[in-house]
Amino acid sequence: MYKQGQYRIVSKKNLAKGIFDVEISCPHVARLAGPGQFAQVAAEGYFLRRPISICDIDKDKGTIRLVFEVRGKGTEQLSRLNEGELMDIMAPLGNGFKVVEGVKAVCVGGGIGVPPMVGIARQYGENCTAISGFRNMAAVILQEDFRAAGVKTVLCTDDGSAGRKGFVTEALEELVSQDKPDIIYACVPMVMLKKVAAVAEKNGIECQVSLEERMACGVGACLGCACKVKGENGEAVHKHVCKNGPVFDSKEVVFP
Amino acid sequence: MNRLSVEFCGVEFKNPVVPASGTYGYGREYECLYPLSKLGGISVKGTTLHRREGNPAPRIAETPSGMLNSVGLQNGGVERFLDTELPNLVTKDTRVIANIAGSTVEECAELAARLKGTAVDMIELNISCPNVKQGGAAFGTDCTIAGQVTRAVKDNSDKPVMVKLSPNVTSIADIARSVEANGADAVSLINTLLGMRIDIKTGRPILRNNVGGLSGPAVFPVAVRMVWQVANAVKIPVCGMGGVSAWEDAVEIMMAGASLVQVGAAIFRDPYAPVKIIEGLERYCEDNNIANISEIVGTVKPW
Repeated sequence: MYKQGQYRIVSKKNLAKGIFDVEISCPHVARLAGPGQFAQVAAEGYFLRRPISICDIDKDKGTIRLVFEVRGKGTEQLSRLNEGELMDIMAPLGNGFKVVEGVKAVCVGGGIGVPPMVGIARQYGENCTAISGFRNMAAVILQEDFRAAGVKTVLCTDDGSAGRKGFVTEALEELVSQDKPDIIYACVPMVMLKKVAAVAEKNGIECQVSLEERMACGVGACLGCACKVKGENGEAVHKHVCKNGPVFDSKEVVFP
Repeated sequence: MNRLSVEFCGVEFKNPVVPASGTYGYGREYECLYPLSKLGGISVKGTTLHRREGNPAPRIAETPSGMLNSVGLQNGGVERFLDTELPNLVTKDTRVIANIAGSTVEECAELAARLKGTAVDMIELNISCPNVKQGGAAFGTDCTIAGQVTRAVKDNSDKPVMVKLSPNVTSIADIARSVEANGADAVSLINTLLGMRIDIKTGRPILRNNVGGLSGPAVFPVAVRMVWQVANAVKIPVCGMGGVSAWEDAVEIMMAGASLVQVGAAIFRDPYAPVKIIEGLERYCEDNNIANISEIVGTVKPW
């Protein structure tokens, strides 16, 4: 179940260079939405909608937050929309993260993979640690949002200019060895996702990963956003990021 | 009273607007927005004899006013269509057009035979998919083979057969004449135009298949031209498609000679596009005192 319409932007912030945070008033969408789902956003002058993960949902206020990076001309166009203007979205789309009651979680996000971790981390509050990775200090976003939700944070940067120097996978391995979580949620580039999945498997931890792929319809009709997963007989089959995902159990995914 | 109802190959459509094959699945993904009964019909996802996994990703690239796709006919095969999708579709009060594709003439004939006696209203024979190695466009770019495959499907079918033509040819009118001569009840056009995009940072094509089919508003003028040429070349009815995004486009392609209109890539931008087009056609008929939309088919007055 999803909606499509023009919804008002109630706040807009520039979180870091090229990273924008918009809060949209869309009570019907907010009511339906869960962490890990996404929105297909129309950019004026560009044909295809842009898939953007839902960062956070406020069901009481009837708003969702989309945090996106300007990657090309379409997202640049979206970044020009201001508070009070309308955004054309289809949402919520896809299967999001599954929440397990009463367990300890770790959320692993890298760069623009950090935003979808805010909504899921909030579900766990102090039973969650958010490991976030960025290129450098200037690119760091959303750490205060995690802390405000009671979530413990571990910050990593590639150059060590903020938090610890190194990759999120190293921080994850360390955390797992000290205080093993029951579940891992991850949205990081494919090469690192493979490592996160391996850490989870080695330690027998459930792991849900969010994938991305070039997309057209966003709802499972066009079959554009194919990803390889294990079929019933263990062979690789094509499923679709927009409808079957974007969140998959890491054991299902056939990593390249 | 119904200004939009049209008869196409003896099949009554409540309106001439049909989501195009491959852009609408089997309708399930759009039902939460509006009832499928609003649509004239649905041309369902291309069906092959056996399950196909399709091409590797990326399968989608954006273009100016359009997009490329190289899905490669991913589908569950005809048995799955008949077991899982058709029983659901027949309850939706809309026409069902089964789009079929095969890698050999025999395979196409077998598919048509398998659909005999089913609730499918019409067959759309795809001889123009640019994304598969065998069959596909190879059938649609050769007059003789296009004729042979049409004949084989007609001989094995109890349904009206509409043949979907490729625009990637020198003379689409010649292909249309050949399928008409071999028993086609209608033609639909245009399928996608073969295109390519390259990521200049990596030097790699964006599509994993290197090339793919161009659709969207970018191809609309090509579609209008080809519908016009084909409508002038054959006596069988023409179903027009290619970049139709608004009701004005539907009127234009109908004036060029289309009696039925398919809407494809526009749905990705606006899932309500088919419904908005139907409402626009309704108003157009009212405003212009047109008793039935069929009156405008082929009415272009060329210079």
